[in-house]
Amino acid sequence: MTATAMKKAMDTVDSENTMTWQKVCTRADLVAFSGVAAWLETPDGATQVAIFYLPDQGNELFALDHHDPFSNANVIARGIVGDLKGAAVVASPIYKQHFRLEDGQCLEDEAIKLRTWKIEFKGEEVWIEG
Amino acid sequence: MMSSKTPEQLIIIGNGMVGHHLVEQLVDNGALERYQVTVFGEERHRAYDRVHLSEYFSGRDADSLALCEADYYATSGVELHTSEAVIEIDRSAQEVVTDQGRYRYDKLVLATGSYPFVPPIPGNDRDGCLVYRTLDDLDDIRAAAENATNGVVVGGGLLGLEAANALRGLNLDTAVVEFASRLMPMQVDNEGGELLREKIEALGVQVLTERATQRIEDGDNSHHRMVFQDDKVLETDLIVFSAGIRPRDQLARDCDLEIGERGGVVVDDQCRTSDPAILAIGEVALWNQSIFGLVAPGYQMAKAALATLTDGETRFGGADMSTKLKLLGVDVGSIGDAHGNQNPGARMFRYLDPLTQVYRKMVVSSDGKKLLGAMLVGDNAAYDTLLQYYANGIELPDEPASLILPQSSGAAPTLGPGALPETATICSCHNVTKGDICATIDDGAVDLGGVKDVTKASTGCGGCTALLKSVVDHELEARGVEVDKSICEHFAHTRQGLYDIVRVEGIKTFSELIDKHGNDDTHRLGCDICKPAVASILASCFNEPITDAAHVPLQDTNDTFMANMQKNGTYSVVPRVAGGEITPDKLIVLGEVAKKYGLYSKVTGGQRIDLFGARLEDLPDIWGELIEAGFETGHAYGKSLRTVKSCVGSTWCRYGVQDSVGMAIQLENRYKGLRSPHKIKFGVSGCTRECAEAQSKDIGIIATENGWNLYVCGNGGMRPRHAELFATDLDDEQLYRTIDRFLMFYVRTADRLQRTSVWRENLDGGLDYLKEVILDDSLGINDELERQMQTVVDTYQCEWADAISDPEKLKRFRSFVNDDRPDPSIIMTSERGQLRPA
Repeated sequence: MTATAMKKAMDTVDSENTMTWQKVCTRADLVAFSGVAAWLETPDGATQVAIFYLPDQGNELFALDHHDPFSNANVIARGIVGDLKGAAVVASPIYKQHFRLEDGQCLEDEAIKLRTWKIEFKGEEVWIEG
Repeated sequence: MMSSKTPEQLIIIGNGMVGHHLVEQLVDNGALERYQVTVFGEERHRAYDRVHLSEYFSGRDADSLALCEADYYATSGVELHTSEAVIEIDRSAQEVVTDQGRYRYDKLVLATGSYPFVPPIPGNDRDGCLVYRTLDDLDDIRAAAENATNGVVVGGGLLGLEAANALRGLNLDTAVVEFASRLMPMQVDNEGGELLREKIEALGVQVLTERATQRIEDGDNSHHRMVFQDDKVLETDLIVFSAGIRPRDQLARDCDLEIGERGGVVVDDQCRTSDPAILAIGEVALWNQSIFGLVAPGYQMAKAALATLTDGETRFGGADMSTKLKLLGVDVGSIGDAHGNQNPGARMFRYLDPLTQVYRKMVVSSDGKKLLGAMLVGDNAAYDTLLQYYANGIELPDEPASLILPQSSGAAPTLGPGALPETATICSCHNVTKGDICATIDDGAVDLGGVKDVTKASTGCGGCTALLKSVVDHELEARGVEVDKSICEHFAHTRQGLYDIVRVEGIKTFSELIDKHGNDDTHRLGCDICKPAVASILASCFNEPITDAAHVPLQDTNDTFMANMQKNGTYSVVPRVAGGEITPDKLIVLGEVAKKYGLYSKVTGGQRIDLFGARLEDLPDIWGELIEAGFETGHAYGKSLRTVKSCVGSTWCRYGVQDSVGMAIQLENRYKGLRSPHKIKFGVSGCTRECAEAQSKDIGIIATENGWNLYVCGNGGMRPRHAELFATDLDDEQLYRTIDRFLMFYVRTADRLQRTSVWRENLDGGLDYLKEVILDDSLGINDELERQMQTVVDTYQCEWADAISDPEKLKRFRSFVNDDRPDPSIIMTSERGQLRPA
């Protein structure tokens, strides 16, 4: 196991120990078939999350890292949502790489994967486990 | 003793198309290691495209006609002396002599070309008696035309008709005087000539045949009077002689090289003259008793000369003189033995349609199996197919006549690209065969552009463009490469197809479009290709605000937030400053807003002011203040009309002939908000000095004494292109109407993200077709196009004014939906007194 991979594994363990569900916004804050950004409190401090809402699809809410690793700007929520080769994706608004909403995988670069969080509606409220 | 590394001196006399081609061949084939090359051209200009010379009067200049970049010779290591004519060749000393010095040569190439023949008519040297050969000649013609109302071309051959077209382009009443009994006697027969005359007379050009000019003298009503053999006369202000060309062989005569009986420097198939140290290529060279007055054989001679100079194998073995021309808008084609007088026993097929004015003739071998020649007037559609039958000796179909009968009368077999042998020449200018194209594709070229880059096919005269495309498409398809025109995986349609569907079915949302016409095997969410494209189409057709709930998920971030995203996630703001005219009060407001929100300020190329570094959450407040001060959105973020750049025009300028600023404001206000396949830029200049650089814009307008000249499809940027003259002396109303039609036709037919320049280059039929559609209404759609544009104009509203009056839309401008904390990762630093991203 490489050092980086080991650190990741340890982070995951750490996070899992302390992750909690928290309310971030309501359905009215979302934009259908597009994204908004929100602050999320995590054990590692506050982080920016991109939330995508695809009404009437099987899985209608997605939470990904708002940070675009290619441009180093916090802009993922402002990308265009679509589907490519069977998977729902968002395109970075800066250099147009595609990230799978389901798991954050970048389609253009196997080595790049955005962090994702569990997210769901509780009534009209949007909750994320962070 | 000479070191083997000392380069040999190679001198090329003449910097025309063929001389330049030889230089390119030398450079590309590493011959500069062996030779130090010096080129002498007597003209001011470096080599330019003489084939398209007449376009000099329809918007192109010396630079755009040039065959290479200005620094090509210098960077290639070739010495080019322009404006330096060679006056003597001293063979014993192996030196050429110019008025500036003597230059030694080891090898010398004559590429002096030809000169126009001026018949020995008394008075042929009067002022205003000109020739048509060089850019300087054209400048002389243009200058003489300023004081002329009419002009005559002496000579009704290929170049004569080109010259007549040029005179027409200068708005002169034009006549053509031909000694023979018909126009283009070399290329066409009596039937063809008669048809050509009818068509050319219909354009308002007077055609006089069987006229031998006896003398030219002072006229009564015009500068000159031409007196013919039967004492008939013709008065005219300007005369252009275009009665054939003669090889420029004087230098060779003076130094006693072998010269043909009727001129031309005699060469062998290695292009060597009677002195083996001296070669000759192009129109000055006489090979096998023939002068070749076309560019393709000249290029082949250049290749043979290269081989001679570098001990290669290539030889010149004559050339096919088949030609396809468009003269004064009339197609003329001539293949092989077009008159049928070189092949005893040949049989003729003729088809003449006096209504549509089309004439086609085939000369076929006595057994009916081989095509020996062909002649076309009025329609060159059959040319490519006939040329392939002729050039490759392909056996004719059982009923050869079917090749020249109209398409509607049944199975008119066209020779598909698959039927061509590997040896078939596709591009004769660069001698590219079908086999070369196949090899290029096998080596990895995946599209037409790739094949053109490697082979240079279709980059010479351009006559083979359509044939090349069909061969490339066919070969790609044969290799299983699907030439797929679908916009993306969600729609099996082109952008144009989607536009037609939206318009015909009145579809007003993306979801309805993808439900009805999307591909089944997707999630029907669309993607970042089709969503913005459809958003643009919907906006072009119905002009609903792009931030409406149904449309906002379709937009790129720039359209969503109506500002331009920069690399750190902040935005830039560009209010509209129509025509670049702005009051001091508004300037002050821009300064105050920039100061208040910490924005970096820069003047744009489109004569307005860009404010950078605005945070998403500040955009509504910034726009609140701008709108309050009378600004409106500038659409700098949209694929839409950007700016109409203008010079200050007649209200201030000593030279201006029209109010260019006023017109620019009118136009910008008319077309602002029009969503289109790509951005659109205009320019309006108040006189021919062209300070607004209108000819580099999609739409360029240049004032004339009588109104406005309209240029279209120009571009700056990565691939600059001069706009082409589209219509002249329009009044204001005619100008708006023409632009309405032009823009809507572009919106309707272009691909996504295709600027007008690329659209124009891909348009079948080119500028002529565009003129037919827009000016002559050949498709009968102009009323509709004007109506559609009027709808867009009538429904314009400022998108920012709409958004800031709608709390639902404003919610979108929060950086974070659950917190007002700004994004802490946006960090600025200071430089030259302003902020920039750290």
